[in-house]
Parts: sequence; C-alpha cells; structure tokens
Amino acid sequence: MKLKNKDLLGLENLDKKEIQLILDTAGPFKELFTRSVKKVPALRGQTVVLLFYEPSTRTRNSFELAAKRLSADSLNVPISTSSVVKGESLIDTVKTIEAMKADFVIIRHSMAGAAEIVSRTIKSSVINAGDGAHEHPTQGLLDLFTIREKKGKIKGLKVTIIGDILHSRVARSNIWGLKKMGAEVRVCAPATLIPPEIESMGVEVFYNLEKALNDVDVIYTLRIQLERQKEHLLPSLREYAEFYAITNERLKYAKDDCLVMHPGPMNRGVEIFGEVADGPQSVILEQVTNGIAIRMAVLYLLAGRKQINSKD
Amino acid sequence: MVFREKKIIMNKSEIDRTIKRMAHEIIEKNYGVEDLVIIGIQNRGVPLANRLAFKIKEIESVDIPVGVLDITLYRDDLNSAADQPIVRETKIPFNIDRKKIVLVDDVLFTGRTIRAALDELIDFGRPKLIRLAVLIDRGNREFPIQPDFVGKIFPASIKELICVELKEVDDNERVILKEILENAHEIKK
Amino acid sequence: MEKILIKNGRVVNPDNKIDEVLDILIEGSKIKYLKKPLSITADKIINAQGKIVVPGLIDMHVHLREPGREDEETIASGTKAAAMGGITSVCCMANTNPCIDNVSGVKFVLLKAEKEGLINVFPIGSITKNLLGKELSSMGEMSKAGIVAVSDDGNLIMNAKIMRRALEYAKTFNLPTIVHCEDLNLSHNGVMNEGKVSAILGLAGIPREAENIMVARDIALANLTGAKLHIAHVSTKESVTLIKEAKRKGIKVTCETCPHYFTLTEKNVGKYNTNMKMKPPLRTQTDINAIKEGLAEGTIDCIVSDHAPHLDIEKNTEFNLAAFGIIGLETLLPLIMVELVEKKVLSLSEAIKKVTLNPATILGLKEGRLKKGEYANLTIIDPQMELKIGNDFFHSKCKNSPFIGRKLKGFAVTTIVEGRIVMENRTFVSN
Repeated sequence: MKLKNKDLLGLENLDKKEIQLILDTAGPFKELFTRSVKKVPALRGQTVVLLFYEPSTRTRNSFELAAKRLSADSLNVPISTSSVVKGESLIDTVKTIEAMKADFVIIRHSMAGAAEIVSRTIKSSVINAGDGAHEHPTQGLLDLFTIREKKGKIKGLKVTIIGDILHSRVARSNIWGLKKMGAEVRVCAPATLIPPEIESMGVEVFYNLEKALNDVDVIYTLRIQLERQKEHLLPSLREYAEFYAITNERLKYAKDDCLVMHPGPMNRGVEIFGEVADGPQSVILEQVTNGIAIRMAVLYLLAGRKQINSKD
Repeated sequence: MVFREKKIIMNKSEIDRTIKRMAHEIIEKNYGVEDLVIIGIQNRGVPLANRLAFKIKEIESVDIPVGVLDITLYRDDLNSAADQPIVRETKIPFNIDRKKIVLVDDVLFTGRTIRAALDELIDFGRPKLIRLAVLIDRGNREFPIQPDFVGKIFPASIKELICVELKEVDDNERVILKEILENAHEIKK
Repeated sequence: MEKILIKNGRVVNPDNKIDEVLDILIEGSKIKYLKKPLSITADKIINAQGKIVVPGLIDMHVHLREPGREDEETIASGTKAAAMGGITSVCCMANTNPCIDNVSGVKFVLLKAEKEGLINVFPIGSITKNLLGKELSSMGEMSKAGIVAVSDDGNLIMNAKIMRRALEYAKTFNLPTIVHCEDLNLSHNGVMNEGKVSAILGLAGIPREAENIMVARDIALANLTGAKLHIAHVSTKESVTLIKEAKRKGIKVTCETCPHYFTLTEKNVGKYNTNMKMKPPLRTQTDINAIKEGLAEGTIDCIVSDHAPHLDIEKNTEFNLAAFGIIGLETLLPLIMVELVEKKVLSLSEAIKKVTLNPATILGLKEGRLKKGEYANLTIIDPQMELKIGNDFFHSKCKNSPFIGRKLKGFAVTTIVEGRIVMENRTFVSN
C-alpha cells in the first residue's frame, strides 16, 4: 500500500484507503513523541522547503518540526524576505527552489489552486499547506486522526462545522475527509458565509446553531476573521458570537461525550468561549500534537512514493 | 517474485525445543534474570520475544519485561526499497538504562536490521549491554554483527529465502527454505 | 484582370437562401458570375468538389491588441489568424492602449490594417473617453472615420444615466451599441461561475445574475431610447429569455454568443485551468442547452470568437491572477461545424448566417453575402477535414485556447479577400 500521487494537494484527491494509510502511519509517529530522543533518521539528507506566502506560525512550525524529527533539512522561505516582494512570479520562484534540489516543497498561499500550479511546474513532492479557500489537507488529516483516536471510529459520526465555510480551506478538507470516511457532516453559519451549492459536497446546511448541534459527536468551530465585517458578510463579531459562539450552554444540545475542535488560532469570546476551549470536551491542544505526527506520516509516505516513481 | 518451497528446516516441536534451549542459555549467560529485558524486532521477532519471556518465567518464576521495536524509520534503504515498508508500533514500556537487553529477531542475514535496531535502542537510553538472539542464522553478513544466542545455523545462498512462520502471525508453525525463481519481470529482461 | 474560378463547390449563401452546387467566377476583386457549372476558362481554377463555399466569415467581436499590447497580438498577426480561420472581416474592440476613443485612433487602426492586415478590419469605437464610463467619446467623428459600432466592452458603464445618454447619442449616428453585460458590484472579485465548482475549488464566484441584471437594464434602456442595442457574448439561459421577450416586444436588440458558451461548462475549469477563465464565465449544461435553443430559434443572431489573446505568463499563474479571456479566431468555424451543424442544432445555412449575413446586417456592412458585382470575400470549407488542436495549430501570437487537445472537424481551406487568395490549403499565400 502506498500513496498514488507524488503530491498532497487536497483530500478530494485521496481515496479512503490512502487516508487510512496516512492515519495508520501517524500512530507510530505519535508514539515517537513520548521518547527522550524524538527524532528518527528516516529522511536524512532530504531537503524540505517551506514556502509560505501567508504568515502562519502554527502550520509552519508544525511542518518544520515534522521535517526535523525525520532528520530532513528544512529551509524557510517566508514572504517578507523572499524575492516575491520584488515581483517574481510563483512559477519562477518554485522553479528556483526546484533548482536547489528540494525534495519537498510545502506551500501556503492566499489563492486557491496555487499548490496545484506548483505541482504541475516542478518534480519535487508538493504538499499543500493551505491554498486560499480551497484545501488544507494536513489539517483535515490531523482532525480525522484526532476524531478516530478519541472516538475509535469515524464512520457514522455526526460532525457539525461552524463558521466561515465560504472562505475556509479547513472546512473543505474536513468535509472531503469526513465524507470519505463515512461521517455525516453539517455546516452551520449565517447564509452570507455559506457558499451557494455547498450541498453538492454532501453536507447539510443549517443557519440555526442549536438545531445544527442536535445530537452531534463532534463540534468543529472555525476562526472568524474580523475583515468579514467590512465585506458586508457580518454586521459585527459581537452579533456573530451571540448566535454562533460555542458556549457551555450550547454544548448541551450535542451528545454528552461530544468533542470540541478548533484549527486555531482561536478568537476566545467570538467563535468559542474559554469555558469550552479549556473544558473537558476540548481536544484543541491534542490537535496540535497530532498535527506533527500527521505531517511526519505524510512526508514519510511521500518520500517512499517518490523513490518508487523515479524507478519507473 | 515467485518462490518454490524447497525444504522444511524446522517443524513445530523443533521450534519449541529450540526456544526452550535458548531460554536456558540466556539465563545461564546472564547469571540469572536480574536486570534482564527482552525486546523483539517487528514483525516476527515479537512473538519469539514473548515466547522466550514465557519460557524464562517457567524456569525462573520471574516476569521479564518485553518490548517491541519497529526499525523501519532507522532503515538505511528507505530510498531504494521497492515497496515502502509499513511503519509499525514501537512499544518499550520501561526504562532501558543500565538494563541487559536481549534483542530478538527471527532470521539473521545481512545484519542491517540489527544495525538499525542498535541505533534505535541507543536513542531510548543507555543499556548496560545488548545481546542478540535469533532463531536462524543464515550467513551472508554484510555488517560485523554476530549473534549471542542462535536457534540453528543454516547457511543459505542468496538465491534462497528462509521464512519463519509463527502461529501468532501466520497460519503455520515452521521454518521453511524457499528458492527464488526467475520471475516474469526478470524473464522479460 | 486575373480570373479565379471556383468549381463544383456547394455554395451556401444565406442572403438569398442558395444552397446548391455552383461555379463562382471572380474577376479582379469582384464576383463576376455565380452560376450552374459552366465551362469557362480562368487563370486559376479551384476545384471545390465536396467543399462548401460561403461568404467570407465576419467575426464582430475581436481584440487585436494593437496599439499597446503588440506582444500579445498585432493587426498583422490577428488578421493572419483570422484568415486561417476562414474569416475575411473582423471588428476590433476599442480597449487598446491608447483606446480607440477618437478619430486618430480609428485612423491608426485602419491605416495599419490597410498596410499589414490580411483581411478587412472594421474598428469599433469606445462609448466613453478612455473607457472610463464618464464622458462620451466623439462617436460622430469616429463614425465618419469608419467605425461600425461603439462599445466599452469589459469596461462597462455601470451608471444607467450615462448608458442612457450613450445609447441616445449613438442612435443619432445610427451606430449599434455593443454591451458587455455584467453588474460589477455583484461580480466583484469573482473569477468563475458561482456554483458547484466554485464552491469546491474555493474560488470567488460570479453569479449568473450579474449578467442577467445588466441584460435587463440595457434592454430597458434600449426601449427607453429606441437605440440599437447589441448584447455581447450571451452566456446564460435567463439572458436568452430576456432577449427573446425584448425582441417579441419590438425593442431593437440583437445579440451574440461565443463557441465556448455552447461547448464548455464550469466543470471544464477542472483543476484551475486558466484557459477556461473568461468573462462571462463558463456556465452549466442548462445554459448550453438554452444558448443552443436561442441560436436555433433565432433569438441569438451572431456567433463571435471574443478573441482575447494573453501571453503564457499572464495565464500560467494563480487562477485569481490569470487574465480573463481566450483566443478563438481559428476555432470559431470548426466549433460551429462540430457543435451546431453536425449535432443538427442549426442547418448549415442557418449556422453560416450567424457569422456572415447577420453581423453584416447589424453593422450595416455590405459583406457577408455572395453577390454578382460585389467584392469577392469568400471562404471554402472542407467539412471532412479533421485536425487535432495543439499548440502548433495556432497562428495567433498567443495560445490561450481552452480547446487545446481537442479534435475538431470542418476547417476553412481557402480564404479569399476582395478577390485575393490569402490562404489556400491551410497555407498563407503571399501576393
């Protein structure tokens, strides 16, 4: 069993078996973190380039740590110091990186499809670390891993994703992943934050949070951006919180053992209250730990995949 | 690859007797069971480690800690393995500092697996010593590694394969010699 | 005077509804005879047996990019591509740099076309100065200088009062006003049709209503002013319905569509294929069906390419950053043949009418007809010729075609402009 493609661009492209393989492989990596030496030599000599066109401390740190714990060399190419500010195109930038013999290019970009273009342009393995409102596959995988670890299964679970679905790559990756693994997925937000025809992805749309939370196993709440106010999508964050914030009171609508998840960073008091984020049902910090294990698994599996390819 | 079964090297009772004998040797060489731990290498080293611990308990009435080691991430052939090896569980639920470790595997061949296992164990701590127990030593070493406890020495050619089948993992309980036949792919060439 | 005889071709001339095997004799720049097969001698005889002879095609919506973006296309390269596509007349849009909003701009285009163009070029003047949607351009003077219509195309006029004045003023000079219908507030930063595919790809959508609303507005303004309104590149089912209704009421409205709107859907955007990015965006199968129906029943008058060349660096980039628009001069005819004629949406004569007689009538041109004593602009089509569209297929300076990789059937094999053979057997003829 191995991954079919050299790149990880989105969960839309993975089948159930591939997702399972990644989740299964992440398990042993998580065990690694309990050791005093949290590092293995598996990717010794390989180069991982982190090309981040958007500031992201969390995801970048997680990938960097994953690469380092696999003994790969990692290079950060943040936007502020790169030639991007000089007007170099994405294509030219990644060709330059390929010329440096990077084995992996991990890209974060504000525009949907950026990782796809990069993967078409270069031979290195490309991992999408978030492209606009399209996908953030490693986030989706780490969320699946967390749910499976806590619930023992994914199939048949009811999951509600709350927040800015329109602009959320995390929502899209989770919807693909959860649907493929057999979960029932609901999305909930004011209508301005729900893309038209999202139902075609197999989700049920709710505008009322209490109804959306009824009997669910997992509550997944998304970060809400202040900018949405200026784009005529929300009157105010205060009003959003009034109708959509996850509070202890609202948790009662869900199952008693319902998990609460958030991709971070959180706006406490807006989409989630501190009492829930720090409460017993929250697995938010676990998600962070699992993120490194998932990213190690993805790097490891793609490394093996790449070698097999080059032999063909 | 296509194989032809050539010969049964060990049957069920021979395996059983051999493990019993090896258990005695381990106790003897260790002057008892103090500080003794057993670690099996994934995949078939694990049931062998459990069996050795069981036999030692029968003899000495002491529970020997058993650990599981997966060496996949320490292999030196990740870049050339035809099929990517599955990463399995590693579980060493005890501190190995100052312990006398008996590392267990089914077949000793090139020595590369043991090299990886030693590297990995060192990352877990500083044992007093590490000894190696294998059910079969088939020769053809590529590294300067020798076993301390051997079930059976069976020199095999590189065109041959020795398969240990244990009931915990396989349907069978035997050690079998197989011959690698020219496969379809190679014939084409 | 040189005589060219085109023998045994199936002559399709929508003007007088001729569809029969005839011989055509060209003497100098004019058509001399159009008769049943005769034995006449000529300097050159073209055997058109099994071929179709039609009036030279008119593409009334083309961006030739000169002046200003000669790296993308020039009047020379664009007319060459058109000639290869069987087109003998193009109308070029005003959004060049500088834009065509005054007489000198019009004269520049005409002069360049005269010197370097392979086919006829009819300029379209802008509606407003600098395409800013504020002050009217000198339509009267430009009309005298030779423009055939006015349009601000993609830089459309959002202010209804200014649009009203523009229509009224254009009416004064009997100029049709060509409008690109898009409510810019509604389409905002959208890059593709809003729907299933945009939801999945995470791309900002352009709702179909952005087009529909402006089609409705401009029809209302045409009704108010009595001016001749021509709606460019219709892409939605609702637009077709609105135009059909307006025509029924007797409002002076005509319209056009492009081959991609009856061939491709939003699904073709696939994984961010920027050659599928244009305005209006590719819609859905329902819209394709409605466009075909609109063509069949005559609601949609013309088929145009909206040829919009863009360089590889403008297309091979993030989908959001990629330029809108595709080339189309060289695939206009084969797509009509494959998608409309072969699929029996239109008869051959009806299909040809939408790229000859109809645009000529809307623009008040003499072209688009085969007539004794008139200029010999004609195209010979091989309905059996099949070609695979690859990068090397195109003669335009740019290759941004969504049809690369397709196999098409029914290509122009000879293009004659005012009695000059400019393309024969898919090779340019230098004279």
